[in-house]
Amino acid sequence: MIRIDSVDFTYPAAEFRLRIPAFQVAPGEKVAVIGPSGSGKTTLLNLVAGILVPQQGRVECSDVEVSALSDRQRRDFRISTIGFVFQDFGLLDYLDVLDNILHPYRITGALRLTDEIKMRAADLARRMGIGDKLRQRIDHLSQGEKQRVAICRALLPSPKVVLADEATGNLDPHNKGHILELLFGSVTDHDATLLAVTHDHELLPHFDRVVNFGDFRSAA
Amino acid sequence: MIDSLYIAWRYLASNKVRSATLLACVTLITAVPLVLELLLVESERQLLSRAQSTPLLLGARGSALDLVMNGLYFDDEVPERVSMATVNEVEDSGLAQAIPIYARFQARRFPIVGTTLDYFDFRGLDIAQGRQLALLGEAVIGAEVADRLGITAGDSLLSSPETVFDLAGVYPLKMRVVGVLERAHTPDDLAVFVDVKTAWVVQGLVHGHQDLAQAKDPAVVIDRTDTNVIANARLVEYTEITAENVDSFHFHGNPEQYPLSGVIVVPNDNKSGTILRGRYLEGERPYQLVVPETVIDGLLANIFRIKNVLDAVILVVGIATVLALTLVFALSVRLRQREIQTVFRLGGSRLTIARLLGAEIAITVAASAVLCSVVLLTVHQYTGELVRAIFIK
Repeated sequence: MIRIDSVDFTYPAAEFRLRIPAFQVAPGEKVAVIGPSGSGKTTLLNLVAGILVPQQGRVECSDVEVSALSDRQRRDFRISTIGFVFQDFGLLDYLDVLDNILHPYRITGALRLTDEIKMRAADLARRMGIGDKLRQRIDHLSQGEKQRVAICRALLPSPKVVLADEATGNLDPHNKGHILELLFGSVTDHDATLLAVTHDHELLPHFDRVVNFGDFRSAA
Repeated sequence: MIDSLYIAWRYLASNKVRSATLLACVTLITAVPLVLELLLVESERQLLSRAQSTPLLLGARGSALDLVMNGLYFDDEVPERVSMATVNEVEDSGLAQAIPIYARFQARRFPIVGTTLDYFDFRGLDIAQGRQLALLGEAVIGAEVADRLGITAGDSLLSSPETVFDLAGVYPLKMRVVGVLERAHTPDDLAVFVDVKTAWVVQGLVHGHQDLAQAKDPAVVIDRTDTNVIANARLVEYTEITAENVDSFHFHGNPEQYPLSGVIVVPNDNKSGTILRGRYLEGERPYQLVVPETVIDGLLANIFRIKNVLDAVILVVGIATVLALTLVFALSVRLRQREIQTVFRLGGSRLTIARLLGAEIAITVAASAVLCSVVLLTVHQYTGELVRAIFIK
């Protein structure tokens, strides 16, 4: 469950203000968020993940009031609950595919890296069609392949909530359907909630619900 | 921490040029002063121990340092010569034992040291293989000479001509190696010892040739009187001393006036030493009697003055390097903002970033420490040779 009540967020150095009177995603629901560029879609995901904190209002995710947590608690919450596919992938060029997928396990004590996790990572990569590239460096991959690595990294810890920011934006139509199928399958298998930002209207029929986010933005 | 080290290692391995440059800087700035210190400590030890074990050194007036460096370390900078008569003069005084040293020539780049058997007793040098000097033309070599040249007792060794182009000069002498000394870790390991008369043979002051009294070949004998025979250049001069020709070797001139580069003087007691030093203080004498330890102390004082300057320079360069490395690191962190943001977004904290950067520094420092240790161990392995090559030779 994701619930947002009367949230007001302003970037300190930008003329941008996001006001969300009420927004809710039910557990296990797959929701697409659409809207023009700059309407605050990515900001919404960052607020849900606890990367950003609203100046006013309440953000609740998986029965945790994220907006009321301390920095450290929000980090722990993010690690334990959220799988995030970033728009810029957030991959490290100097690591290979497998190390990038396992990266969250190496930087936090909350996730324990075991042989089983490594096997799961390899299996996930194989299902995403990058199983033969586990030892390739990220800067040797195409954009589409990088996106798959980012999705693998987000799904590996079996998160309760998956946040995807243009998760299929760099994929060709054939792969787009395949990856979306895998993403949906994984979310369904783990009874997780999916909140995905997309510009691709072809994908919208696959989601349970579509929210147009353009209405929430207003001048600061 | 292991994971931080792993990620740091992947980063360093991925940026090879940057990492290698950092590694080289840290290693150099650490190793250079340590190597210098190692060499200086060893040079001090070598120079002092040798000087302290040599009570007095007699030689011609001039540079006391040249005299000591040649007489004790067989340096190729040969001081003004003294004559064999000085040895007899010291011996005749009854105040000290005198050991002649004539270190002027070389054999395959190792100094030939003409001396007497007393030298070996004085330095406590024992024969490891073969026997001691007994006949003219024989040589006993230091352990390092034997190792480097791969020769042993029973082999022979040619003296090196002083100049290749002097056709009228002295021919190289083929010396028989009769013994190899035990390793002493002193300049004696790097010397070829011969009897002082053999050194004079190398110089051409003592020589042997075919018997002119019997020679009938008119192409060799130019003129013959009852007391004198004049020969030309076809006369066969011996370049090796054998049992058959040893009797033909003879002195020209007065052996008392034959040259030496120095004389080690071993006084009977302190009083005798003081009396002797007083005698050689007189200005009109062409000799000087020096205390090697005092001369070496002066040399070391100069070396350590220079070292202090070098230390100051290294300190300044070190500070500049550390500042430059800090700047490089700070710029690198700024360039890696995107990566740092990713770590934050994934759930990492400032501590995570600090651990990752700390791990990179730790790996670099550890690798530098290993490299530095390798450099130091290598230098330590060859300290003796390096010190002799840099400070003594």
